[in-house]
Amino acid sequence: MSHQPLAISHISGRGLPLRGHDIDTDRIMPARFLRAVSFEGLETHVFEDDRAADPAHPFNDPRYTGAAILLVNANFGCGSSREHAPQGLARAGIRALVGESFSEIFRGNAAMIGLPCFEAERASVERLQALIEAEPNAVIEVDLTTGRLHTRALGSDVVLSATLPAALREAFLTGQWNQTAMLLDRFEEVQTVADRLPYIRGF
Amino acid sequence: MAEALFHKVWNAHTVRRLPSGQTQLFIGLHLVHEVTTPQAFDMLRRHGWSVRFPNRTFATIDHIVPTSTQRRPFLDVMAEEMASSLERNCRDAGIPLWTPDDEQQGIVHVIGPDLGLTQPGMTIACGDSHTSTHGALGAIAFGIGTSQVRDVLASQCLALDPLKVRRIEVNGRLTRGVFAKDVILTIIRRLGVQGGVGYAYEYGGSLIDAMTMEERMTVCNMSIEGGARVGYVNPDRTTFAFLRGRPFAPEGGAFDRAVKWWTSMASDRDASYDDRAVFDADGIEPTVTWGINPGQSVGIDEPIAAERDDEALEFMGFRPGEYVAGTRIDVAFIGSCTNGRLSDLEAAAAVLRGHRVAPHVKALVVPGSKSVRKAAEARGLDRVFTAAGFEWRGAGCSMCLGMNPDRLEGRQICASSSNRNFKGRMGSPTGRTLLMSPAMVAAAAIAGEVVDVRTMLEGAPA
Repeated sequence: MSHQPLAISHISGRGLPLRGHDIDTDRIMPARFLRAVSFEGLETHVFEDDRAADPAHPFNDPRYTGAAILLVNANFGCGSSREHAPQGLARAGIRALVGESFSEIFRGNAAMIGLPCFEAERASVERLQALIEAEPNAVIEVDLTTGRLHTRALGSDVVLSATLPAALREAFLTGQWNQTAMLLDRFEEVQTVADRLPYIRGF
Repeated sequence: MAEALFHKVWNAHTVRRLPSGQTQLFIGLHLVHEVTTPQAFDMLRRHGWSVRFPNRTFATIDHIVPTSTQRRPFLDVMAEEMASSLERNCRDAGIPLWTPDDEQQGIVHVIGPDLGLTQPGMTIACGDSHTSTHGALGAIAFGIGTSQVRDVLASQCLALDPLKVRRIEVNGRLTRGVFAKDVILTIIRRLGVQGGVGYAYEYGGSLIDAMTMEERMTVCNMSIEGGARVGYVNPDRTTFAFLRGRPFAPEGGAFDRAVKWWTSMASDRDASYDDRAVFDADGIEPTVTWGINPGQSVGIDEPIAAERDDEALEFMGFRPGEYVAGTRIDVAFIGSCTNGRLSDLEAAAAVLRGHRVAPHVKALVVPGSKSVRKAAEARGLDRVFTAAGFEWRGAGCSMCLGMNPDRLEGRQICASSSNRNFKGRMGSPTGRTLLMSPAMVAAAAIAGEVVDVRTMLEGAPA
């Protein structure tokens, strides 16, 4: 939440494969944990109901303790706009997501707190998930400047494309992802637009 | 150049292009509620920022309010803390707030249009994904997260990428017993829950043109369930007639000038679109969900297809080839920002008149706002519901999202007029939700199981 630009150009860490399409934010952070006036402590409730229902859930699996890169499938984070979902993941140590696709609101919310959601081809994501399941200690590196993801697992190097929408990539690379100050930068222009709108000016 | 409403509104509200390439977009109306905002107000205080346009910001308390008794303090201490936190924040910033003590309180997406706050040609933001509802009036309305709420409070702006526009035409007429809810469930089923990612949905065609504003709200409300963050209908005479006389709508000569501007913001006849999809209204059946996302639905006469999602089938307890009709229900819920308006209650009451809820079913009806509740009572609908065995509750989000005392227990099955059948959505991690129209919920409540409402409408063959 600092005014200082905090550029993110490179992320590395171990992976956490979480399989399934259309995983919604109610599952990432069940609604009862939104009954609070701060985001503190949300890390303990990430996927709480799914974890209780499935002892083998990846977030219960000690092999993935300390993982920083969440590997998901298509339309991750659909549903509710609750920022509590990416907040919980970030507070649980997740620093990037790689998936086939993301819900727009989720990806925007994640970006606002410095958590990039990279898109990769379906086959690449599935291959990466399988590799990490086989070798959970492999380190994944993502380079925002080149849009390349690298890992070395099962004795060979794997390189694949992991991309962000151009504006988000730029925002991370220049440290402008926390944008309030930027939106306030030329406030007179905001006022000009407001004054021009008939419903603000008066019909 | 011929343009769609989305682009006209976008351009009229563009402040500048940001260094990242995103657009700085002015937000004409910011709606605020208790769940997604306390942290945003905290961030403002920490940075010494103020609320720049308190007169373009309006607040209500909806998600956490109990619907049985709304007396303060709420029994749930966390709910009370959230409510009083919003009260404090709004008082400090000079933001109008409707609490459960006020006659105007209700679900944010019900009261915005009803008060005339929502108007054509506006940009609207709210920390809630169902903000797409407001598009029914020809506004571009974005669901946002808490950090973006902070941005809008501090600057009245959002940094956004433009969306593509998909024109969705629904032509023809709905047959008896088929409602706006069935239309949007059918659209999501065909285009998919991911189909709208990157798009704004513009709904049109002869059916949408003939719809009332409340029906259009139901359709736009669930755009997000199809992956589209924004959904809208072009403003027309129905829109203008709806707005006339509402508390925040322009009056007299100003209203006529507003109509001119609103009309000018509608999509041009020859506007081009990034994509199109066409639906035939006559073929739409009463629709019910069988799975764990709103795209997993079938017509009431149709079996669950063989191409299946094992996780969803296992969670719900269905097998491919089975029918949802005949499924015994435990709870019937009528309400939510999707279907908690007066016409929704009327449609349900029309089915319930002269009937009783099955003894094993717990049935509740939760009006979307206090005004809806009052209007329904003036028409005697409360007596129809209570005579049938429904509980007549106070306004709020209620069972739709399990953030208040109204929740499923264990593996209960709920026939629901709400918008999401996600795992755990209604407050029990194993609870199951079947989405359908309010009339279908009423029919299921009477039968004690999912049935085709058409067999229960007046004049139906015995």
